[in-house]
Amino acid sequence: MTHPGDITRRQLLRRIGITALAAGPGAGLLAACATAGTGGEPSAAPSTSLPASADPKNPFGVDAQKPLEVVIFSGGYGDAYAKDLHEELYRKAFAGVTVKHTATQEIGTQLRPRLIGGDAPDVINNSGPKSMDLAALAAEGHLADLASLFDAPSVDDPAKKVRDTITPAVLENAKVTGKDLVLNYTVSHRALWYNAKLFAAKGWTLPATWEEFTALGETAKKEGILLFAYPGQKGPYYQFWNVLYTAAKIGGNQVIIDIDNLVDNAWNAEPMKRAVTVWADIQAKYGDKAYFGLDHTQTQIKQLQNKVLFYPVGSWIENEMAKDKPDDFEYAIAPIPEVTGSDRMPYGAIQVGVGENFVVAAKGKNPQGGLEYLRLMLSKEGARGFTEKTKNVTVVNGAAEGVDLPAGLMSAARAQDRAGRNVITEARFEGWYKELFDYGTEQINVVMAGRITPEEFCANLQKKADAVKKDDAVTKQTRSS
Amino acid sequence: MERLRRYGFVAGFLAVPLVLYTVFVISPYVQAFQLALTSWNGYSSIVRYVGLDNFGRLFQDEVFWRALRNHGILLLVLPLVTILIALVFAFLLNLGGGTRGAGMKGVWGSNFYRTVFFFPQVLAVAVVGVLFQAVYRPDEDGVINGVLARFGVDPVGWLIEPDLALWSIIAVMVWQAVGFYVVLFSAGMAAIPKDYFEAAALDGANRLRLFFSITLPLLRDTVQVGWIYLGIAAFDGFALIQVLAGDKGEPDGATTILPITIYNTAFSYQKVGYASAMGVALFFLTVTFAVLTLRTTRRERVEL
Repeated sequence: MTHPGDITRRQLLRRIGITALAAGPGAGLLAACATAGTGGEPSAAPSTSLPASADPKNPFGVDAQKPLEVVIFSGGYGDAYAKDLHEELYRKAFAGVTVKHTATQEIGTQLRPRLIGGDAPDVINNSGPKSMDLAALAAEGHLADLASLFDAPSVDDPAKKVRDTITPAVLENAKVTGKDLVLNYTVSHRALWYNAKLFAAKGWTLPATWEEFTALGETAKKEGILLFAYPGQKGPYYQFWNVLYTAAKIGGNQVIIDIDNLVDNAWNAEPMKRAVTVWADIQAKYGDKAYFGLDHTQTQIKQLQNKVLFYPVGSWIENEMAKDKPDDFEYAIAPIPEVTGSDRMPYGAIQVGVGENFVVAAKGKNPQGGLEYLRLMLSKEGARGFTEKTKNVTVVNGAAEGVDLPAGLMSAARAQDRAGRNVITEARFEGWYKELFDYGTEQINVVMAGRITPEEFCANLQKKADAVKKDDAVTKQTRSS
Repeated sequence: MERLRRYGFVAGFLAVPLVLYTVFVISPYVQAFQLALTSWNGYSSIVRYVGLDNFGRLFQDEVFWRALRNHGILLLVLPLVTILIALVFAFLLNLGGGTRGAGMKGVWGSNFYRTVFFFPQVLAVAVVGVLFQAVYRPDEDGVINGVLARFGVDPVGWLIEPDLALWSIIAVMVWQAVGFYVVLFSAGMAAIPKDYFEAAALDGANRLRLFFSITLPLLRDTVQVGWIYLGIAAFDGFALIQVLAGDKGEPDGATTILPITIYNTAFSYQKVGYASAMGVALFFLTVTFAVLTLRTTRRERVEL
């Protein structure tokens, strides 16, 4: 899952320092050297499937002599959870084994040449703004089939399969072009986030309808507080998500599923238009255009200063801002208010999604070790440790029990209970059709600033979606639920 | 034998740089031309040739044309403004003080100014970017908007208004470039024999007349070089725009330029073939600019 919290300013600078060298007429073509030596012969590209043996201690038959290489995206979660925890678990399981640990923000830049050149690391945390195109990697057979991982006995209870110890959404989201190729490790809750202590102090209650929402906007305005803001720099896709989720609340998850499947005129659907319209209206009446020029950190600091009431983001926000958070601030999640009065999903619906991709390289030196590493990550010990280190919940059922969770995460867990089956689905075209998603994040600023109408926004995105649909260079994917 | 020794000596010096240059500069360029004819996605082991399809697509690509338009504006404004400012400063620093004793002097404190002008040149582009993010910040915490707020002026969205953003960025580019050209032109001016100025001054020419009748004509070659450098700089701007405006040339693509479009197309959208086609287009644009500038400004050398 890429969110702006993944990049700090310093990391960004470093990235620019590096990319600037490649700019110019030959921009980026350094990577092109990688084509040299590849023959024109179409290679059969089956993804390697490794049989799981009956031995619950070592179902994949890992050879302790073989070293394991793990590459971690060191963004919002850092890399200590891998270095000090998961890799230690692996070392403990196979005495004397060597584990090579690499942390980077440049997953794609570093690993693309290595994969193509046949020198793939075994476990890859494919995350961040430079993450790799999984469909393209899958087409080349670079990704190991994780079906055997899901069918392997779980570390904690050999009678259970791994697939029965994790959130079902993981299995749904594991599919890349029809095969189980990617493990999503974390669970996040997305909706609007606010300061529960401020609400308690002012005696405000959460708005359940759009009228209450705007009424609160008026009240807050008198106190010099903005009802709503999102970062126009680096994080406009927070608002893009927010609008998509609002559309799903109004018209049901089918709205997002149709958009993901590139169904004709999916963007012009009435719920989508309505969602864009109400949010553009909020921005015009209760927003401040200065935020179009602020990045996520600046905006989040403003919220910590109680200058912004609601902020559209996910549950990682609490850990991201932990260092700056004053004592009188307590993060809590607020569902999107009822828009039409007859929304398909009742008030309380929030988005709960899995994220943070891990893949195992099929053509690496030690794919068995890679699968075993993921199996250890999915053990209770591995998952609980991750939650302790990052204050984020994993997909492993019950692994966070007994861990002292911060207030925001608790509020998210309670909100999920209340939402019950009314869980808003994630928009998967973010990973499938990045060009469409990026275009959306650009256009959302334009429509929120009032330079185009919501109808034009929908029409523009439809045009782009049609272009992606026609482009045979883009691998198409579909989802049914 | 004599010749072998002589050429062997020269070749020995040239071999290493030539090999490095071929491997790291020439060969990627050649490969870009090859890739521009393919639909390669950066991962595939099968490289499919699509002829000139990529170039056909370029002509219909809205983003490409927007980037070209921005390059056009940069190409006109950046060299002109930078050279004008740099010439004025260089003149003041070197000759602006008039004749004092023997020869021409700069204005009082010119050594100090010279250093100050050069400061921005020393800063890395990324630092300049972050610095100007604070300067241009669109609320009252911004340096400019903070001052404006004292006078009761509403904050201006320097980088978030589509009509303003590119100009704000050009201002930063000019700010950063001026120092270097002041030094370049100062060196050019130092090479002009002092007698010319003295003679002209004796004949009663004022400073304006000195500048236009002596300094400028004799600096022509230097100015031309500066023009080409700045023109090529106008085709880049990648890092600055990436930090200041955003990685898609925000807002609304108002600040998008080819290097940014190429980078996104190749590395975010995995269309390496198409991105190479853009790279090839950029290559020809840059070369055309340099050749045109050299041709149109060529004339007889002034003999000193």
